Amino acid sequence: MQWKIAEYAGWGRVVRARGTLARPENLPALATALAGRGPAIGNRRSYGDGPLNDGGAAIEMTRMDRLLAFDPETGVLEVEAGATIAELLRVFAPRGWMPAVMPGTGFATVGGCIANDVHGKNHHNAGSFGQHVLGLRLMTDQGPREVRPEAEPALFRATMGGQGQTGAILSAKLQLQPVPGQRMRVKETRIRDFDSFLAAFDSSQAEYTVGWIDATKRGKRLGRGILEEGTLAEGGRPGPRRRAITVPLDAPRLALSWPVVKLFNAFYISRIPDTSRKRTRPLEEFFFPLDRIYDWNRLYGKRGFHQFQCVVPLDKGPELKAILETIAKAGIASPLAVLKKMGPGRAGHLSFPMAGYTLAVDFPARKKVPAIFAKLEQQVLDAGGRLYFAKDALAHPDNIAAMYPELSAWRAEIAKTDPDGRLATDLVRRLNLRTVA
Amino acid sequence: MSETWIILGASSSMARAFTRKLAERGDGVILAGRNPAELERDAADARVRGAALAETVAFDARDPASFDPILDRLTAQEGTLSAAVFVGSMPPQADIDADPSLIAGVATDSFTGPAEFLHRLAPMIEARGAGTVVGVTSVAGDRGRIGNYVYGAAKAGFATYLSGLRNRLARSGGHVVTVKPGFTDTAMTWGMKGMFLVAAPEKVANDILNAVDKRRNVIYTPLLWMAIMAIIRAIPEPIFKKLSI
Repeated sequence: MQWKIAEYAGWGRVVRARGTLARPENLPALATALAGRGPAIGNRRSYGDGPLNDGGAAIEMTRMDRLLAFDPETGVLEVEAGATIAELLRVFAPRGWMPAVMPGTGFATVGGCIANDVHGKNHHNAGSFGQHVLGLRLMTDQGPREVRPEAEPALFRATMGGQGQTGAILSAKLQLQPVPGQRMRVKETRIRDFDSFLAAFDSSQAEYTVGWIDATKRGKRLGRGILEEGTLAEGGRPGPRRRAITVPLDAPRLALSWPVVKLFNAFYISRIPDTSRKRTRPLEEFFFPLDRIYDWNRLYGKRGFHQFQCVVPLDKGPELKAILETIAKAGIASPLAVLKKMGPGRAGHLSFPMAGYTLAVDFPARKKVPAIFAKLEQQVLDAGGRLYFAKDALAHPDNIAAMYPELSAWRAEIAKTDPDGRLATDLVRRLNLRTVA
Repeated sequence: MSETWIILGASSSMARAFTRKLAERGDGVILAGRNPAELERDAADARVRGAALAETVAFDARDPASFDPILDRLTAQEGTLSAAVFVGSMPPQADIDADPSLIAGVATDSFTGPAEFLHRLAPMIEARGAGTVVGVTSVAGDRGRIGNYVYGAAKAGFATYLSGLRNRLARSGGHVVTVKPGFTDTAMTWGMKGMFLVAAPEKVANDILNAVDKRRNVIYTPLLWMAIMAIIRAIPEPIFKKLSI
């Protein structure tokens, strides 16, 4: 059966869509499905409405996931868009190569990584995912088309981070990165407060850095947490591949209530000795720490959750501290709060990264969340920062142009590639990305 | 000794998942099906994953003339020859009710076509004294039910054929694994209503490879289907004929 009618959602499960879905497994089926003209979607690891097309059609690319060509000398891989990042890591790490940029979940597809121009724990060194894309094959109105950054810079920049609006991404040529072994040496350090955190990021020399924050703490202990610094190391896998756990049912609301989160966070931070600790971990456990719980989003219950992720420029540390203060005061944060320093690397007009600090915090869906989010959004705007489309379900359309100064250049390109707006998603419509308000 | 697998119906998602596992352990694969361009991409995938060899051949269960070139190719291949059969077709029962002439096609795709191919391959396996045949049938073959009894009958016929072939090849060192998958998340079941315990193709492929390595005879995948089908088979016919399950 080519199409089915289904209700589906992004990872946060708050916003839902009802529409027809196809999941082609070969090129003829893919061509037929794309002729029905909806956006292509991946594994729906974006949190909000980016991968949704309510009332319309969408084409799931997850079964178009073949490795097409690999050169073991240069590390150039050509791969269909539905392949996941975890699969590439699993197949190529034993041969000494891995994706140069990996997001926090290995379930993200190559197409999704391009459409959101994702970043990883090495963004300060390696830049964004799109900066390692050597070319791609795009299904446009006029049929398939090869897009290389040097030959068609405008279309390429509109596609990187372009929310799939230039056409369905069929396959991509990626420059993989050499990897000396299959292990990561990780140093975990307790950080006392927010200012120390920024200082720790500024002085860290590690290839991979990420900070976990206890977003329940206020006042003097605002921003306390754990800094993880990773360095690739030689040697085989430390320990066997562990099996994924599944969450059998939607958790009750109590599971991630404020007192439980506080307790969990206190426990989590107490694992790290006062000085610091070092351990060696398998690559995928470092890169995708939550993937072991296959459907951890169900822990937030059936109402789902939001993630707020912003980035502010390097000199806006105090403003970011105020944003964290707003979150801590609101008393709705979950255990998942992440701080990271970013470099300037970005590949597209609508790419999220900028040189600065990014903060990501999960909120269980509650009545008061939209109001708190609106306040946070204003603070981000005032700090000259921006919100991340891959996480968003709540941003206001009027603020997008200020956050994304290249929006008009992107619009000009999209007007050429998809003039009738047939690839629009719920996010694109909600934020008026394609139309001048 | 190197092992080469002929995969019939190679571009189905279940076959693709199984091929990947063979490729990653360094076996050779010859991918057979009706769409050469598509098979070439699957072969590329197998090569990148480490297959000792990955080629494509044209195969159509309804066209026995397509069998000989494949068998010639296999004759030329040294080492152990094995085969995995993933072909089959399942038009909606309502379409068959409207046009009973469809039954012949279902029987050819799911039973007689692959059986004829395997029958021509069998002497090669006997001569080499080794080799495994994987035949994918279905739990639908365990009992005729109103929803899909034509497909079920064809798969039951194939399962019985595989049982006999196992009996034959066991005398010369060959082996046959009969695989009975329950509901599997493939293009064939996409959007189908009333499914439960749906397995990913990767899970089924894992179970098949384990069965090959352990020389199991008949497997249900996932295993729970063995219990479910035991119950369904145990329902007395006077009661069963009144049910719609």
